[in-house]
Amino acid sequence: MTLAIDIASWVLILLGSFFTIVGAVGMVRMPEVFTRMHAASVIDTLGVGLLIAGLALQAGFTLVTLKLIFVLGLFLITGPVITHALAQACLHEGVEPMLTEDRRGRARPGSGKPDDGRPT
Amino acid sequence: MMFAAAAAAILVALALVITRAIKGPTVFDRVLAGNSVGSLAIMLLAVVGFLTGRPEFLDIGLTYGLLNLIGTLAVLKFFRHGDLAHDADDGAGS
Repeated sequence: MTLAIDIASWVLILLGSFFTIVGAVGMVRMPEVFTRMHAASVIDTLGVGLLIAGLALQAGFTLVTLKLIFVLGLFLITGPVITHALAQACLHEGVEPMLTEDRRGRARPGSGKPDDGRPT
Repeated sequence: MMFAAAAAAILVALALVITRAIKGPTVFDRVLAGNSVGSLAIMLLAVVGFLTGRPEFLDIGLTYGLLNLIGTLAVLKFFRHGDLAHDADDGAGS
């Protein structure tokens, strides 16, 4: 039983490390700031989540696990807040997202007109 | 052993993110990279705490996470309004 828990926590820690590196590589290779936010959110969700799950399996039912859950909750709350504030600041400063097609002049979601994919 | 591997992976990720913080063309890239450096520092604190058998490092990690949130939001507010004491009601420029 102990060996099973050890193996499970090792797998979780290794997966968390893998996704952390994936997110960091994405932050270097993505082309612009909005896609880099997407890569950074991989670190904040999958990387931290799997790593903390693995560490919590190692710690067992102790106060350390409670603190780990607090750290995970902190990440899950602050990650979207930071990303939202950053995207809002980018749009306010005039940094436009890089799109494969020019969507200016098309119907916005919620503007009443259906977006049929054609320029209006 | 796994803790050492995880710490090494987090250090590699830190190096990559710091590369983005140095290269980043706009200031928002640097803010995003700074926030990710904070996240990775918290992960590194937790893993090193387990590696050395002292999980009390998690308290420092929690404090650092709160400071990271406030610091990033303060920097964003400064670059958006040019002023940390900006009142949200006194203008349509928000």
